[in-house]
Amino acid sequence: MRDDVAIEINDLTVAYREQPVLWDVDLTVPAGVLMAIVGPNGAGKTTLIKSVLGLLKPAAGRILVHGRPYREQRRLVAYVPQRGTVDWDFPTNVLDVVQMGRYGALGWVRRTGRREREQALAALEQVDMVDYADRQISQLSGGQQQRVFLARALVQDARVYLMDEPFQGVDAKTERAIVTVLQSLREAGNTVVVVHHALQTVPEYFDWVTLLNVRLITAGPVAEVFTGENLRVTYGGRVPFHGSMPPVSQEQL
Amino acid sequence: MNPLALLVPDYTLRVVALGAGMLGLVAGALGCFAVLRRQSLLGDAISHAALPGIVLAFLLTGAKNPLVLVLGAALAGWLGTLVVTLIVRHSRLPADSALGIVLSVFFGAGLVLLTWVQQMPTAAQAGLDTFLFGQAATMLAGDVVVITTLGSIALLAVAVFWKEFKLLTFDPEYGATQGLPMRSIDILLTTFLVIAIVIGLQTVGVVLMSALVIAPAAAARQWTDSLGVMVLLAAGFGAIAGVGGALLSGAAEHMPTGPTIVLSAMVLVMLSVSFAPRRGLVWDAVQRRRQRQQLRTDAVLADLHELAQHHKGAHAHDVTVLQMMRGSRTDVPRALGVLRSRGLADRDAAGGWYITEAGRDEITRPGGAGHGDEHGH
Repeated sequence: MRDDVAIEINDLTVAYREQPVLWDVDLTVPAGVLMAIVGPNGAGKTTLIKSVLGLLKPAAGRILVHGRPYREQRRLVAYVPQRGTVDWDFPTNVLDVVQMGRYGALGWVRRTGRREREQALAALEQVDMVDYADRQISQLSGGQQQRVFLARALVQDARVYLMDEPFQGVDAKTERAIVTVLQSLREAGNTVVVVHHALQTVPEYFDWVTLLNVRLITAGPVAEVFTGENLRVTYGGRVPFHGSMPPVSQEQL
Repeated sequence: MNPLALLVPDYTLRVVALGAGMLGLVAGALGCFAVLRRQSLLGDAISHAALPGIVLAFLLTGAKNPLVLVLGAALAGWLGTLVVTLIVRHSRLPADSALGIVLSVFFGAGLVLLTWVQQMPTAAQAGLDTFLFGQAATMLAGDVVVITTLGSIALLAVAVFWKEFKLLTFDPEYGATQGLPMRSIDILLTTFLVIAIVIGLQTVGVVLMSALVIAPAAAARQWTDSLGVMVLLAAGFGAIAGVGGALLSGAAEHMPTGPTIVLSAMVLVMLSVSFAPRRGLVWDAVQRRRQRQQLRTDAVLADLHELAQHHKGAHAHDVTVLQMMRGSRTDVPRALGVLRSRGLADRDAAGGWYITEAGRDEITRPGGAGHGDEHGH
């Protein structure tokens, strides 16, 4: 297993009905970074992480996770989908959803037991949701739903965490709670990749950034590549950004 | 002695009740997954698609062996879902169009075959047409054995693959990232749904079988927020509808069983939709009424508070003044009674109303009565 590189993508092209969604993307994500994927709508951000997860079949390209194909490294990768992808009126409670993060490790037929329950409670503790363990999931706010999904990924005990817009439509309290968890994941040596929309928080939350618009524009440390010029190229001149144009640095924010 | 024999002394009725109960049980349990996956129409497509399979199985073997007919039905039903999947995957038709096409084409083919078979000179085909609307009275001990055996396998599968089926139903994409083969699990679940449907076709009929898949699950969902309880309840509801419908149709001559089972199931659905706590319509109405009264009571308290501030002190006011402030839609005497019982307002010797110290605290408390329409729980 490679320890220095978490994700290595070569020549990745993904098409949807002959329309390229990602075009010839080469990307190396070093291990231990907290990385944002940034780009306009339709840039292929979600497609990129779904390709890493093997949920989409690329037209071409090769993807390695810690040096080996994803199929062999599944246990190392945890996924937080957009919370709108499931029916929150499903008849179950928070603890049950979080335990679903152990289903893969359990394998076929084996049931969850006390161990999975304790892991789930510990993960809920991390996202400050332990009081909601028995709550029916339809009674959760958007931010609470997002934290439940994060807890479900945490119980996977992975090395690489892929998250699709975890800050979408959540309250400020949840955003802070999630950022704290993501940063502690990185402190523990894990790699965290986040599809992100709010450009103004990129320098504050992340240390690595990928700018994407069907093609890879650039990727690297936030301090080096998160510049006004690169953002203009990514967004085609229309940067959805308030205030002065970057180069953005910590001091400006 | 067999307890069922005491309950239903007639042997034929006993056989019918046992079979109908079992198929209702299985359809109810598997139906939960179909309903939660928003695949209610799939059940309809499977049952209609099964008809040509039944007739072809009869044509090939020349006999009405229950197991052979059920196998033919299952193969055709399964083939129907496969065609739906292929259409959705390889064409630009949406899923509901694919289901509609498969349902009508297979059913049409089945009707043509059925009509043709019935014109054959032999008598062996007599009774095949009961597969259209179902006839519980035609159920024999052999049929019950087939229903019970296949049904038990389907129920056992739900228990064994509980975690897999739940994950597939709630979040299949996440399930795939867990390394569980979601497509195989989907095929497995669909196979047992097909089994649940085909064992009911003789009794309920291809036209209405899907109702026995959907209705018990829809009714059960009203009463619980747990998948386990929902499946158990739906199985129970399905059994009740199955037995009830079979006995009802047995009571009237030439009454097909499908319609009576569906009507029994619909009674359960209507009761559940109306009266279930939290999700039922009656519960909703009561909650809304309670909330409205709470808001109006709070408003009267706010009026008392305003009057007290205006007059700088515990100055009492007549009911008519308060009624004028609120308008005729609020029952002010009732609201005052409620406030008094909660110690928030009181009446002086002359019959005038005033706000108490506790009432003032309630008004100024964050989230209290003074904070308008934030009354959730």
